[in-house]
Order: sequence, then structure tokens, then C-alpha cells
Amino acid sequence: MDLTTQYMGLKLKNPLVAAASPLSEKLDNIKKMEDSGIAAVVFHSLFEEQFSLEAKASQYFSEQGTESFAEAVSYFPKVTDYLLGPDEYLNMIAKAKEAVGIPVIGSLNGYSTGGWMKYAKDIQSAGADGLELNVYFVPTNPALKGSEVEDVYLSVLKQVKKNVRIPVAVKLSPYFSSFPNMARTLDENGADALVLFNRFYQPDIDLENLEIASNLVLSSSLENRLTLRWIAILYSHVGASLAAMTGIHNVWDVVKMLMAGADVTMMCSALLLNGINHAKIVLDDLVQWMDKHDYASVKEMKGSLSQKSCAQPEAFERANYMKVLQSYKPLGG
Amino acid sequence: MKRVQVTIDGNEAAAYSAFKVSEVIAIYPITPSSSMGESSDEWAAAGKKNIWGTTPLVQEMQSEGGAAGAVHGALQAGSLTTTFTASQGLLLMIPNMYKIAGELTSTVFHVAARSLACQGLSIFGDHSDVMAARATGFAMLASGSVQEVMDFALMAQAATLEARVPFLHFFDGFRTSHEVAKIDRLTDEEIMEIIKDDLVLAHRQRALSPDRPCMRGTAQNPDVYFQGRETVNPFYDKCPGIVEKVMKHFAKTTGRAYNLFDYYGAPDAEHVIILMGSGAEAGQATVEKLVQKGQKVGLVKVRLYRPFSMDHLLAALPKSVKVITTLDRTKEPGAIGEPLYQDVVNTVFERGLTRFASYPKVLGGRYGLSSKEFTPAMIKAVLDNGLKKEPKNHFTVGITDDVTHTSLECDESFTIEDEAGVCAIFYGLGADGTVGANKSTIKIIGENTPNYAQGYFVYDSKKSGSMTVSHLRFGPNPIRSTYLVSQAKFVGCHQSVFLEKYNVLEKIAPQGVFLLNSTFGPDEIWEHLPKVIQEQIIAKNIQFYVIDGYQVAKDTGMGLRINTIMQTCFFAISGVLPKDEAIEKIKGSIKKAYGSKGEEVVRMNFNAVDQTLAHLHRVNVPARVTSTVDFLSPVSGGAPAFVKKVTAEIIAGRGDQLPVSAMPVDGTFPTGTTQWEKRNIALEIPVWDPSVCIQCGKCVLVCPHAVIRSKIYDAALAEKAPATFKSVDAKDKDFAGMKFSIQVSPEDCTGCGVCVETCPAKNKKDVKLKAINMQAQPPLRDEERKNWEFFLDIPYLDRTRVKQNSVRGVQSLNPLFEFSGACGGCGETPYVKLLSQLFGDRALIANATGCSSIYGGNLPTTPWTFNKEGRGPAWSNSLFEDNAEFGLGFRLSIDKHSAFAGELLKRLEPQVGTELVKGILEADQSEESGIIAQRERVEALKKKLVSVRSNDAKHLLSLADYLVKKSVWILGGDGWAYDIGFGGLDHVLASGRNVNVLVLDTEVYSNTGGQASKATPRGAVAKFAAAGKPVAKKDLARIAMTYGSVYVANVAMGGRDEQTVKSFIEAEKYNGPSLIIAYCHCIAHGINMRTGFENQRLAVQSGYWPLFRFNPDLLKEGKNPLTLDSSAPKIPLKDYAYRENRFVMLSKSMPDRAQMLLEQAQQDVYRRWAVYEYLAAQALESKQGEDRS
Repeated sequence: MDLTTQYMGLKLKNPLVAAASPLSEKLDNIKKMEDSGIAAVVFHSLFEEQFSLEAKASQYFSEQGTESFAEAVSYFPKVTDYLLGPDEYLNMIAKAKEAVGIPVIGSLNGYSTGGWMKYAKDIQSAGADGLELNVYFVPTNPALKGSEVEDVYLSVLKQVKKNVRIPVAVKLSPYFSSFPNMARTLDENGADALVLFNRFYQPDIDLENLEIASNLVLSSSLENRLTLRWIAILYSHVGASLAAMTGIHNVWDVVKMLMAGADVTMMCSALLLNGINHAKIVLDDLVQWMDKHDYASVKEMKGSLSQKSCAQPEAFERANYMKVLQSYKPLGG
Repeated sequence: MKRVQVTIDGNEAAAYSAFKVSEVIAIYPITPSSSMGESSDEWAAAGKKNIWGTTPLVQEMQSEGGAAGAVHGALQAGSLTTTFTASQGLLLMIPNMYKIAGELTSTVFHVAARSLACQGLSIFGDHSDVMAARATGFAMLASGSVQEVMDFALMAQAATLEARVPFLHFFDGFRTSHEVAKIDRLTDEEIMEIIKDDLVLAHRQRALSPDRPCMRGTAQNPDVYFQGRETVNPFYDKCPGIVEKVMKHFAKTTGRAYNLFDYYGAPDAEHVIILMGSGAEAGQATVEKLVQKGQKVGLVKVRLYRPFSMDHLLAALPKSVKVITTLDRTKEPGAIGEPLYQDVVNTVFERGLTRFASYPKVLGGRYGLSSKEFTPAMIKAVLDNGLKKEPKNHFTVGITDDVTHTSLECDESFTIEDEAGVCAIFYGLGADGTVGANKSTIKIIGENTPNYAQGYFVYDSKKSGSMTVSHLRFGPNPIRSTYLVSQAKFVGCHQSVFLEKYNVLEKIAPQGVFLLNSTFGPDEIWEHLPKVIQEQIIAKNIQFYVIDGYQVAKDTGMGLRINTIMQTCFFAISGVLPKDEAIEKIKGSIKKAYGSKGEEVVRMNFNAVDQTLAHLHRVNVPARVTSTVDFLSPVSGGAPAFVKKVTAEIIAGRGDQLPVSAMPVDGTFPTGTTQWEKRNIALEIPVWDPSVCIQCGKCVLVCPHAVIRSKIYDAALAEKAPATFKSVDAKDKDFAGMKFSIQVSPEDCTGCGVCVETCPAKNKKDVKLKAINMQAQPPLRDEERKNWEFFLDIPYLDRTRVKQNSVRGVQSLNPLFEFSGACGGCGETPYVKLLSQLFGDRALIANATGCSSIYGGNLPTTPWTFNKEGRGPAWSNSLFEDNAEFGLGFRLSIDKHSAFAGELLKRLEPQVGTELVKGILEADQSEESGIIAQRERVEALKKKLVSVRSNDAKHLLSLADYLVKKSVWILGGDGWAYDIGFGGLDHVLASGRNVNVLVLDTEVYSNTGGQASKATPRGAVAKFAAAGKPVAKKDLARIAMTYGSVYVANVAMGGRDEQTVKSFIEAEKYNGPSLIIAYCHCIAHGINMRTGFENQRLAVQSGYWPLFRFNPDLLKEGKNPLTLDSSAPKIPLKDYAYRENRFVMLSKSMPDRAQMLLEQAQQDVYRRWAVYEYLAAQALESKQGEDRS
């Protein structure tokens, strides 16, 4: 059984990739990922503003109250060898590269022009096999036009591509007026892969405390329909690799995405919920499923139910909506 | 050999040399010596090496007594060992010093010499401490400058190794220990040249070792002790010669020459002054100036004070001398003169005629106690005095003594500032970074130009909103000005609010430059200056510049830190360096200082530098004074006479001018004086919204400065309220029909915002608003002042009507601790205030030295206050180590007085009446109402006693008040309770006496800058634990519980405030020793002080700080004495700990170690909780078991 696949120019032993998550913060977890069969790991995101805030906080809290009172001109020892910001992250990438044989993909979430370039290069130097750009951008300014939002993505991609040799993936949100056009433009500007989709953390309201709650809700398989649709549509329109994420929990999710046209599927919530070893179960299931359904390779499955190849291409379009509505029968109706 | 020049302070200079030649360093924090230990610990944590290529072991001890013991032991075991201390710390070392000297052990103790606590404590410098150690047998070597500190620290080590006499190397606390100066740093090669390895090996060879066993420390009897004591004489005889030899060797090696006594001045001087320490620097400069003018004067600097070499002193003095004046920086009441005076008198009497044709006259005087300024004008006054026909002997200089008339008159206009140099004074706020910027400026100039540089910094006595004054000197000549700048060519005022109160231009030189940070531009500023400031600008032809530093800081993301901006201005207009070069150097220094904090911080600072010049403007000074505004009065008009006469002068910065007669003779000061000092330091104050308020009392409870208060009162009173005074109906059903108000004192608030963070009531229409919200203070100041004054006149509720065991009830009790100088958002003071509300009117408070004694008892004003009846806490601070015993002493006296009063009462029953006697002796005073009733009975008793003619009646009259229950509180921090005072605390807890101990546990020595104590949690970074504390916090509560007879409570107001209130009441009610351990968030945790109570909540939720009460009274009821008041750990320790910089720091500096310690600390939490859970259950079970049996 041939499970191999190509993703952003990397040859992977199977189509199951660990998505960016806090799991990659520990080296032990990365080793476990490899042991459980995962083909590549995307590191948790390096947040530029986090470092900037961290640096400012470190300065503030180290200096707070200093040079004010004769008996206590400072409150902390002077520590000169201080690891700040990306140092820890880059060290982790280097350690992970030493510890595992599977590709390690860095993930960068930046906000300033300088930050994207500098940290992209740093991640490359640390030994990452690829880089995922997580352009986590929620436009809240009503004056900002859609085209300007698109320019943000393009400009980041162009700058990073100019500065690194390793393949670059762009993690996208679905919120573009013309998503296929956006995807193709990124493809034309050098994106080696597109990751569908960035799952924005949605705020909630805490009714007891009258506060905005920012608790994380993990995904379920039900959420992968959006990804499925767009993977299926993009499959024949872009040359970049496609990674399907959000709601990849079991073998059926994996198979569906591959058939829609994904080169890899990325798993996050399922690993957080069930433990890293869950990957092994899914991969075993995949082999069994393919065996049972007589598929010899992942390649054979890939795109087999994409919009281009499937029997009802309209199912991915408006007609599907009509169909779903018509088929809906209220209970007891 | 290449010279390495550095710009450092005296403490760092001492620590540098000491670290290089030590193998073991035992440390303990005490101001002003703490930073020597801190540097050593930091260097050891960073793996720095001594000259033999190994890192010294640095060990923090539980007290200076402990440090001295550890030093003694390490020395006996053969290590090169040192320690650092000052003041009371040195006193605690004295017992060991006798031993170390008696055993002829080579060591050096480095002492930042400081005043001793007498009529009051002082952290500042003089020689009282070292003079108290004269008899120990330690040699004493005095440094007078930062360079000398580094040099003498090394020479002392070299000398002690050869002489075998231990050395006390001292220099003046603050003046030298904290002065930043440019000096030559000793190289390793130089140090190796000075320290002889064969002497090191000999020292090691003398160690106790089972491989060549011997014993020391025998007990000796009358037959031989005396002779044994005399054996050391040859070593002391040789010691001066050895020091002299070392000094010569040092001079040859480094080019810096010193002698046992150095003479400066005219070779044919007739009047010579003799002194030691930093004052000798100013003395040398003054004498040299006067000699240039033809005066026959001179000065001797004493370097080696013990062993005192009479011959060397005489040899240093010119034969022409007719008058010698000795100057001592200490006082020995009752002595015929101070120590140096007596030494010199003896020298002259014993050997004088070997040098002089006739005996010169010897005079003695005192100067500079507690870092009192010692200026050229004073030195000249001393020299002038000596030449008078009838000079004053045993004089003082630098003060006005109008009681015993010892003081010399000084001509303050006499100055000797170096014309070739630049002097500058900067007025800043602690929080604005002025001192840090000036330290950076000194480094830039010191390390990048051939100029000499000096910086000295004067701090406020408050911890919040404190003013700093920086005194900087630069110039081509060595700087010996060991006193504040008197003629400044540049004055920077970084806070325009200072102009309202202080004459910041008092010391500006003619044609000087004045830089002001103000929101007013160059065209508007003039009209906003007080009259005195305008007058001086015109009269002295000042070049006046303004900048809106806060706007630039805001625009460049610097927040409230205007340090970089004001520093850039200084370089731009002072002309000390070419502008472009200066800016390049500033940026270099920013990169160096903040590089490790990330590029963003560097970029932000660079941007601030670049933006500054465009906003710096020269003001066209008008020809005429237009202002009619005078400085604000330091205290408000209603202040009592003492406050106006004395306190106000201290607040205004004129304390130096107060004469001796103004001071209380025995250190007794009135309480309740903070109320007169309106500091106006809050930019924003809380504003109450009655429509949202639920009247819960939490804001009142948590306010660290007692500026937000509530009252429930008769509705009729509200009718007379000022227009903007707010009130609503009281929600409490017990007070139906009455009014409720919350009022803020706008001029006392620090603007910390803790009340707003704690307020649980949200405005339902706009949930970002609460029942109290911060608003700008200036527009509210006047009307809220009137409201506050009205509010103060509203009577408090009758205490017996208040439910004192609830937060809601406590808010209606009068706080008797208010407006302290504690940090904004302080985590300690809410507990202290609570104590004052509940028991203040009958409390005696013993306060260990530390934060609480400083914000509680540092002049000028005192926050402990009294109620309308004139009752309030009586407070005192004895020492650091003895506080529990001190408080127990209160209790013993009270118990004795009370018992004796009872006995007298019985004796006087026929005169007083049986009913009253019975009523008093059988009174139930367990509740407030019982105490009030007892007070009434005692008043009745006193009235009766007045007419009884007997000695018993007289005595009873003086003791009658002790028949009313008194509450003894022993307050202190964790440094006291867990470390230095633990032995005493343990004993007091075991005494069974009715004392209440409140441990304000900040988990570090907060007052001295955050050194680790045994309360510091595992994994936290603190000074003296730069690599993270490796062991868990001591469980003081459990130790106390083992007695079974001690009431113990672990509280955290932010975790559960009701539990805190309940614990205080139970502890006080318990007729035996009580211990309350209170979690206090602290600025030394590296937290947002506004949300400190949230940290407390998380500490409780994580199980790190479990809440519980152990009440022995419950045993009597057959109940389990231990009650757990918080639940099992709900969140991981990390979720609490990593909100605090003390934990985060280690994760950044040593990530693997941080992870390991965090995991261990998490296990500590689980284990501790399991034990408490077990105890809470087990005790009950065993009781049940007994019942069954």
C-alpha cells in the first residue's frame, strides 16, 4: 500500500500531518508524533507581537518600582543571559530536527513587515524543512477594502519568498470575496502550498461575569464541510499543494479530503482530545479502508471526488444548496 | 598593563575585589550593603570566576549573626571567606568577630558603614556601626572613594593573609556605597600580583581537618585565659607594617599610592584636621583650595584605623602643627570624646613630644551623622574654629544645636566647585526613570571621554510617587566632592508638578541651563511658573528649555518612561558632548541596556531619541516677573502646631535647617500626621457611581491607602452636603432609612486602581464600567476635596451596631492607618488597615523592621492615627530580629499592669464599691460591646479614685486603663518571621501569651529590594536566588500548628476576603498566641500591581496558597481545630505562577531549570494540600476514635 504524498515539495510517508498546535511546544510530543506515524509536523506559531509584548512586559516588570526608594533601587537580580522571543522557538526547531526524521515545518504569525522577513530567515536557519505563514488577520476597520486585505497576504508572501529557500505555505481564511481568485493569485506569487482553513478563535460571552470569554472550542468532524468544498473546487485550479484542516478527526475525514483533492490532511483537535497516539489509529484505519475499498495508493484517491472529477460538479455550487433545502423535511412534517 | 576604566558604585567596587579573592561568601541583606551580596550572587549564578579560576560559593543566611557564623565556620575549614554588612547587621556579627580575631583568622568583612538605630532608625551613612566593632580585634581600614573601595578591598585581603589579623574594610554607606564614579578596575593580573599564593596555602593549611586533627574554641579558666589573650600582641604590633608594605606593593603594581595616614595641605600647616571616610575627600579638596589662598592648614586621612599606629600618625603630621581637630562621624553619648578624638589625644599625650616641640591643642567634633551633608563650608568652619582664641571643643558641624550650643556657624556661600567641570541636578519621579537615565549618562561620559564622572542619588522616604534628585558631576579633574551639588550649570526638572512645591532652581548657577518637562509649550510655559522660579530665571540669566516629554513618550510607545527622552535633551543642550556623538552613544547604551529584552524595546527607545529633538524648545524669557503664585504649603492649614513647625519643614525639604530643639528628645512622635501631607500624586482617582453600587464594601477593604471609605449615616446629614456629594439609601436592612456614601480622598489617593479592579458590580448598560471608575484627578480635585472634608465630619456608625465579621460590615469601621507611603497597589497595607479598623483603638503594635516599619514609621509623616475619642494604635519598632520578643514584652507589661490593677482594685474595694469592682473584674470583654461597657466602668472608677487619698489609689489611677482589654499585634514580613526572627517568633508562640502575630508574607525581603527568604517559593527568581529558589517555601503555619495551642490562619484577601476578616477576629479573640500568615502580592513579584488581588485569587485556586484556620478553641468543643477554607487545587500552578515575572524570568534565563523547578513546585502544592486535607480529616477521625473507645 502506497501512502506517500507530496506536500509543498516535500515527500511525505503518508498524508497525515500534525497541524500547528501547542503539542509541538514539547520535544517529547514531537517524538511521539513521529512514533505514531505522523508524516510531518507543523510547529506552533511564532507570534511576533507576542515577543514584542513579552519584551516590553519583561522590561516593564523588571524596572517597575526601581530607582525610587533608597533601600530598594531594584527588585530583581540582573540577568544578562536572557532568552527572549524567538530564541526558545528556534532552539526548539533545531532540537526537533535533531530528534526526529520527519519534516518539521515552522509556522510564523507576524504583523510587522520587518518581523516576517527576519523570523522567516531565522526559522530557515534553525533547520525547518518548510514554513507556514499564518496570516491571522481579522479586518475590523470598515474603511479597509477587500483588495487591501488581499494585498496584506500577497505582500507578506512575496517578502518571505524573497528571503527564504525553503517551501512556503500560506494558511488562509475562507473570508475572501473570490476565494479561488485569491488562492490562484497566491499560487502565482510563489505559494508552495495553501492550508485550508485557518480556524479563527471565535469569542464567546460569559453571561455570569459579563465578559468576553476567549475559551478555545475544539473542532469536530462536522466542521470540515467548508474545507471539503473549497479543496474540491481548488484542486484543478491551483498548482500549489493543498492541505485540508479543521475537523480532521478520523479516517473518513482523511479519505474525504484526499478524494476532494487535498495532498495532506492536518490534524489538531483530534490529537488534543485523544492523545497523539490517535494518529496511529487513523493511519491503521486508512490502510484498512484503502484495502477494503481496493485503493493501492493515496495518489489514486487524490482528487477523485474533486469538483473536476466528480459526477455532480454542481454539488459544490449553489445548486447543492437548493438540493439540500429541498431535501430537508421538518420532523413530523 | 592596560588600564580598564569602569563606571560603577562603591558596593560593586567592593564586591568586585572581594569576589575575585574569595572561595566562600556568606550574605544577608541590609541597607546599604545589600547590593554587594546581590552582585556576588548574580556573578556566581552566571559562573564568573575568582582569580584562581573557580566560582565562589555564595550562601544566603538567615541573619547577619548566621552569616558571621557561616563565615567563621568556612574560615575554620580553610576557605577564603568574606561577607558584607552594615549597621545592625554588623552588631549581630560582633560575637563571631571576637572569635575570628581571637583565633587569628584571615578574613575581610566589607561594611557600608551606617547609622545605628537609637532614637530612630536611619539607613544612611556614618561610622556608628564600625566604631561599635572597635574592640573585636579586627583591623579597620577606611576607604573614602569608589576607587579606594576597590583598592582597599584587595589590600585588606592581602594584609589579612599575611598579618593573620582579620580586617573590617569600611566605607560610607550611600555616600560611597551608592556613588557612581569612574574608576580604574583592578585586573586579574594585578590582583594575582597583590595576593600571595603561599599565604593562601598557609591559610588553608591552618584549617581544621580530620587528616591533621586539632581543636579550637576551648573553654579556658582564670589560670590561663589572660595569658592566652596576650598571645596575639605581636600580630597586632606587626600589622601596620604589613599594611604599609602591602600599600607600597600595591602602588608599585597599580600606580595608586596610599599610606596608613595620608597628609594633604601646607607643609608648614599650623592647623590640621584628621578624619576618615568620604568626608576626607571633601576635606582634601577644601584644604588644597585654602592652601592655594595661603592658609597654613592641612588634613590627615586615616586609612588604617585599627591597629592604630601612633608613630605613623605623628610622622604624617607636619612639625609645625599647633592645633589638631579630629572629626568623628559617630557619637558616643557620655564619652569624653568620640573614638578618633580619644585616639589622637592619646597619641599626642603619649608620643607627641617625639614630633612636636610642645603639645599641640587637640579638638574634637562630630559631623555627618546619617549622611548629613559635609561640605567645604563646614570644613572651613572647622578650620576657622581651630584658629580661634577660644575654639569650641566637642563641637558639632552641619546642624544647628540650639540646646547645648555645640554647633559651629558655617558660611554656606563658601563653595569650591571645579570651574572646569559641569555639575547638574535632575529632579524626577521614581517611576519616570530619571535616575536610570542619569546612571546611563554617567556611564556614557565616563566610558567614552577622558572626563571623570560622579553620580549621587537622593531618594524620597515614600515608596509611591516618590521624588528623586540626581546630582551629577563631570570634569577633567578628579572629583573629590563627596557632597551634593551646590552650583549646577544644568538643572533638569522632569516633573512640572515639583515647581508647585520646591525651589528647583535654588542651586542653579548664573547662566545655567534649565530644562523643564511640561505639557505647556515655549509660548505658554512662562505664565505657569511660580513667582520664585520666574525671579531666578531672570536674575540668573538662565537658558530655559521645555519639552513635552510625556507626549513624546506616548507617541513613541514609551508609556510613562521619559528617561531616554530627557537624557537626549540633556545631551542636546548641556554641551557636555557634541550632539551627534552623544546621540550615537545614547543609542549604544540603549542597545547595551535593552538588547537582551528584545529588538522592539530597543527600537522603541531609538525612536524616542529621534523624536525628542523636534520637540525640544528654547523659551524666550520675558524681562519681567509676571507670576503672583507662591509655592504650595507643605501641609494643610488645619495641621497641629508640631506638624506645622517640624513635619512641614521636613516635607518641604528643609529638614536640614531644623535645630536640635525642634526634635523630640526621645524619638517620640505624634501619630496621625499623614493626613496633613496632601501629596496629590494620582493622575486618576476612583469615582463612585451609586446607581451601580451594591454596597459590598470590597473597594473599601482592598484600598491600600485608606483613601476610599464608606459611611452609613442619618439621612438628615445628607441635606447639608456639598452639591456634588453623592449618597444613596443604605441597602443593609439593619440601617433602613439611613444613607450610604462612598467617598474618595482625591489628594491622598495614589491612583493604583485596585478598588476598580476589585469592584464586583458592573454597569449593566455598559459593562466596561463598574460602580467605581477611574477619572482624571485634576478636574475633580477641588470639589472632591470639599466632599472629603464633609465626609470626614459625618460620624461613624456605633461600632456595636456593625457586623464586624463581614466585609460589608468592616467598611463602616474607622481605619486608623491611612495614607501611608507604601507602593501604589501594595498587598500588605489592606491587612494592616483591617487590623486598625477592627482593633486599632486598643492596639499596641510591635513592628519588625521592613516595609511595614518604613511605610508605617518613616518620617516625615506617620500613617497610624487615632479616632475622635483620641484612641488609636500605639506603635514602635525595635529591631528586625527581635520583634516577636519585643511584642511579647508589651504583653507581659500589659498583663502585669492589668493584674496589678486588679489587685489594687480589690484592695480599694471599700472605697470604690463592691458593685463596680465586681463589674470590672468579672467583665466579659470578648465582644466590642463588652469592651465599651468596661471603658465606661473604668472611667467611673477613675472619677472615684481622684478623691481617694492613698498610694494604692494613685497607682490604680495610673494603671486603670489596663483593665480594658488591650490587643497586642506583632507585625512583620517574611524576612523577619521565616528567617531572622524565627527563633524568637517560635519562642513567643510557645509562650502561651495572648499576642497576635501578623506575617505580611511577600515571600521576599521587599524593603531591601527583593532578596530571597525561606518564604520564597521554589522556582521564583529573587535577589540572592538569581538562579531560582531551589527549595520549597517553609510551611510556617504547619510548624506553628504543631504546638496545638497556637491559633493559625493562612489568609489571602484576594482569595476570600470574608475568610480574612473572620481569621483576624478569631485570632484576636483567642486567648493565646495567634499567627496569621497573609499572602501579600508585591512589586517585587514583577506583577501588575493593579491586579494584585487577582494573583492572590489564582494563588488560592492553584492550591499554592490554601486558606485555612486552626483554632485551638474548637478542640475544647470536641471539634477538629483545622478548617480548610479553600478547595483542592483547581488550576495548574503554572497558570498562577507564570503571571509573575519572578517565575517567568527563570523560564527565560534557564528554561530547563525553570521547567524542572516548576514541576517540583507543582508537586509541592499537591503534597501540601494532601497533608492539610489529611490533617483536617484525621484529627476528626481520631476524636471519633476516642469517642468510640
